[in-house]
Amino acid sequence: MIVTSASRAVATPKLPRLRAPILFGMLLALFALLAARSLYLQWIDNAFLQEQGSSRYSRDLEVLAHRGRILDRFGAPLAISTPVKAIWAWPEKVEATPEQLQALATALDLAPSALAAKLDAGEDFVYLKRGAPPEIAARVATLGIKGVHDDDEYRRYYPGGEVMSHVLGFTGDRDVGQEGIELAQQAWLGGTPGGRRVIINRRGEVVEDVANIRSPREGRDLALSIDSRLQYLAYRELKIAVEGNKAKAGGLVILDARTGEILALANLPSYNPNNRNRVARERMRNRAFTDIFEPGSTLKPFTIAAALEAGKVQPSSLIDTAPGTLTIGNATIHDAHREGTLTVEQVVQKSSNVGAAKIALSLPPERIWSTLSGAGFGAPLKSGFPGEVSGRLRPAKSWRPIEQATIAYGHGISVNLVQLARAYTVFATDGELKPVTLFKEAGAVAGPPVLKAETARAVRHMLEMVVMSGGTAPKAQVPGYRVAGKTGTAHKLEGGSYINKFVASFVGFAPASNPRLIIAVMIDEPSGQYYGGSVAAPVFSSVMGAALRLLGVHTDAPIGSILPPAEAAEVQEET
Amino acid sequence: MVKLNLLLLFALVFCALSLVTSRHQARKLFVELEREQTLARTYDVEYGQLQLEQSTWAMPARIEKVAREQLTMQLPGPGRIQVMDASSR
Repeated sequence: MIVTSASRAVATPKLPRLRAPILFGMLLALFALLAARSLYLQWIDNAFLQEQGSSRYSRDLEVLAHRGRILDRFGAPLAISTPVKAIWAWPEKVEATPEQLQALATALDLAPSALAAKLDAGEDFVYLKRGAPPEIAARVATLGIKGVHDDDEYRRYYPGGEVMSHVLGFTGDRDVGQEGIELAQQAWLGGTPGGRRVIINRRGEVVEDVANIRSPREGRDLALSIDSRLQYLAYRELKIAVEGNKAKAGGLVILDARTGEILALANLPSYNPNNRNRVARERMRNRAFTDIFEPGSTLKPFTIAAALEAGKVQPSSLIDTAPGTLTIGNATIHDAHREGTLTVEQVVQKSSNVGAAKIALSLPPERIWSTLSGAGFGAPLKSGFPGEVSGRLRPAKSWRPIEQATIAYGHGISVNLVQLARAYTVFATDGELKPVTLFKEAGAVAGPPVLKAETARAVRHMLEMVVMSGGTAPKAQVPGYRVAGKTGTAHKLEGGSYINKFVASFVGFAPASNPRLIIAVMIDEPSGQYYGGSVAAPVFSSVMGAALRLLGVHTDAPIGSILPPAEAAEVQEET
Repeated sequence: MVKLNLLLLFALVFCALSLVTSRHQARKLFVELEREQTLARTYDVEYGQLQLEQSTWAMPARIEKVAREQLTMQLPGPGRIQVMDASSR
């Protein structure tokens, strides 16, 4: 085919007239589409891409907050949280050679079979070890096994172990309080973890703080009123007594007579809060707060105080307790030993039930009720301790004469040990009932006046007679100090009737000239000897003597004046 | 006019460079701060552990045991205590 150049020039293809504008329009439309898409991504649907972008350079870090420490009154730590590692695994994702598994088991201090059992249990997630020291976690990390990880967590340690366990309680999972002070003061002690967003570089180092998402709130320290030296002393002596008397349980409370602070609170049986696998719930109970018992004769001084307040008797008034029994309706009250005519002081000293009942019956019931209720019986302590019980004191209107007589010597009324110790603040002071607290107070604390000062002083003198020769508790004497107190030996109530099991108790204070400490001891079901004067009073004596010496309290009696307990005439009592 | 523009250009370059350096400085310092804070946290943890250790060693039960067994100390009985009265020397 011959094609001329002219024809070439002329034969420029004849394009459709609209082709160029259409193409141009299409290109424009595509550009518009791109622009619209980018605008859409930039302003409207920007979340996804921004998240993708920021995930490449920003991280949200958790800021752990630790739990506050619990300190004693001098700042010695009683509970501290320290960071540990929880080592866990996704069993499905674990890829390890047998040698690696062997090394892992060694590092975790587990038998290889136990490790294999954990991994083959068919769970999605298993903890291999909790509360592991950071060194162990580091050793596990160097093994580099896929699917095995660790997390930071806190573990709480209690250096005091079983000595402090009932007061402090313990924390459970995630360091949250479960018992005792740890539970009661969770809001104060517990920290709230915070979070912050940071920018990291390619090496994973944090290069900039972007935002504080949540500030962490560290747990605050808490100072208790407990004196750890006295606490140890109380626990040690109580343990000797409970084991020596083969008793079921025991409790001991030391109060500061001026402030109502609890300086020591020991309970047996006890447990070690650092290792409480297989500890029965029963042992974890703080019996001094959560268990009530019938106090027995330790209540007599309150009956006498009510009678003195009412002006019915004087300390030297005579009461005829012969022949050692008193029949009211079809019930008979017994004395453990026969006495003839006793003064009111001797009724307390020798703990005569008949005498106390006769005095009580000469009073209107409301009078006794108001003294007992003023001393804090039958009402909550408001200590804030979890599980605290308030005991029972029935309204005076419902008392029958026999009940009025038994309440006079502490039956038909129930108390807890802390309540009983606190009630004695009215005799240790000039009639003031101090509020009890487990937290440190700055100075002396005033309480509501319950008794007249002269009544309190008169009863204090009677309580001093109790520990002298001829009283129920010469064994409560402390060399060098004047001591006042009252024994209790109460029959236990089981299934609505009194049985031949006893609660031996002693509540007292010293130095009697200017009381500093109140100690209440309770021994539950001692076997063999069961009188408060022979079971509980010696514990009181040894704890009080050592405690006063520790606190540097000045002696108020010649040191040689004490009678060896064997020579002192001890009077036995029941209730 | 050209002179002014050149001056402004130099000022601009200078500012830009100093911005870059100070930015870099800030990052370096921040990394350092971060490191120190981590260190402070570790020390805090260590302090807690040492306190724990101290209070474990200083538990009255242990002190008493050491005093009785290693140092063979004992409490004096009432007969061996003499109380000095400050008023009647």
